[in-house]
Amino acid sequence: MTFWSDPIRFVADWLLGVLTGWGLTESASDAILMVLGAVALITFALVFDIFLVWVERKVVARFQDRLGPNRLGPFGLFQPFADVIKLIIKEDITPAGANKFLYNLAPVLSIGSVLLLWAVIPLAPRIYGLDMNVGLLYVVAAGALGTLAIIFAGWASNNKYALLGAFRLVATMVAYEVPMVVVLLIPAILADSLSIWQITASQNIWYVILSPLGALIFLIAAIAELGRSPFDLTEAESEIVAGYNIEYSGMKFGLFYAGELLHAFTFGGFVAILFFGGWRGPGAEQYPLLGAFYFMLKAMIGYWVIMWVKYTVPRIRIDHMLAFNWKFLTPLSLVVLMVTAVLDKVLAGVAPWLYALIMFLSNLLIAWVTIEILRALGRRAGEQAVTQQVARY
Amino acid sequence: MQTEWLYIGLFLVLGMVMPAMALMISWLVAPKKPNPIKQSTYECGVETVGEAWVQFKAEYYIFALAFLIFDVETVFLFPWALALDKLPLFAVVEGIVFILILLAGLVYLWRKGELEWA
Repeated sequence: MTFWSDPIRFVADWLLGVLTGWGLTESASDAILMVLGAVALITFALVFDIFLVWVERKVVARFQDRLGPNRLGPFGLFQPFADVIKLIIKEDITPAGANKFLYNLAPVLSIGSVLLLWAVIPLAPRIYGLDMNVGLLYVVAAGALGTLAIIFAGWASNNKYALLGAFRLVATMVAYEVPMVVVLLIPAILADSLSIWQITASQNIWYVILSPLGALIFLIAAIAELGRSPFDLTEAESEIVAGYNIEYSGMKFGLFYAGELLHAFTFGGFVAILFFGGWRGPGAEQYPLLGAFYFMLKAMIGYWVIMWVKYTVPRIRIDHMLAFNWKFLTPLSLVVLMVTAVLDKVLAGVAPWLYALIMFLSNLLIAWVTIEILRALGRRAGEQAVTQQVARY
Repeated sequence: MQTEWLYIGLFLVLGMVMPAMALMISWLVAPKKPNPIKQSTYECGVETVGEAWVQFKAEYYIFALAFLIFDVETVFLFPWALALDKLPLFAVVEGIVFILILLAGLVYLWRKGELEWA
């Protein structure tokens, strides 16, 4: 066993040797290694987060036909470090009427809930924090913790705008959690497992081919869960100033911002893991670091798509948003789930390529029927509008 | 199994302590010059009337009920989805019927006009 075939085991064995050499017992060394591993993973996520600030600023600049940060270091790469220093030395203002405990807890919980997700993300075949047998349920649960943080922030600020922002977030979360959880069942059916590692490992055919509609619904629901545009009603500047984080300044705001970016990247990562094969790629089994590279690349593409949507689509009204979820996304996701379940059962034992083909065609069929229904409804609404216009004159 | 949850607990604690350290550093180096104007609630420059901790009409309690029903439904569906390969076809169809009943509930809500934001 060398470093390249299993870097984590290699480093762990070496550290274990060092620690036992110092006279520590086996279990104490194991505990220390566990803590060190968690610290390393969290540090990686946080440092990567700083890099994400640069990516976000550079990409939004390109979308808006600007250059973005380009003065500090190569390609402006050191700009986010300057941002962090500036945020740290800024005065922290706590509003007089706020509930101090929850007000201070909220930003920490907001980023903590995202870091919790990193515990189960498989970066590569043998590089992961934890292979949980209830991974998917855990992801849903940890995601809900972030919502709780934002409700804390909105309520504890004692500000009407902040409270309205938090209320809107509850409406979003309560709505879009349903299609998201339903769609999460599809990889579970295809892989026969809730373990995220197992779902990645069983994707000989990417699940996006078996269930393109599922991937699309998951992406939309994820964007809504993130509270990013076009679903960013929690921080609609033109209506409620800055929403839940209106009273936050300095590093506390910085934590919210960092948490939001890392959350978006993490969900880009989940799209990659659940539907695009995660770390799978040529040579990933022999060289885990290559697998980690594939995963990061796919996650970055997912994150880029989320950014693309954010900077292209205008914000939609809250009643439209809820109608879109309850009248379109939820029924569609349930139909996709039913079709996938029945086909998976009926097609047990056929050749993989035939299985994939029928799954793909069934999704195309659902999409076509949906579009036809929408077209018919749209035509009827248009005709009604015309008759009303005619009746008025 | 227990070590798994211990690891998650460790992750939760570390994931909150490490960002909190940034706040501590900020607390050490940042200036602290509070005054009543600065600490007043920011509502676009207009002086605040009353506090925000009032009873408020939530528009979406029907949505919340529907959400609860569907969320509980998916919790029931997770074991069904996992055991799909071992179940006979009849049990799979039963699961489908279960989903259809809930869809009927959604259609009922829709027809009643409870899915409108009002």
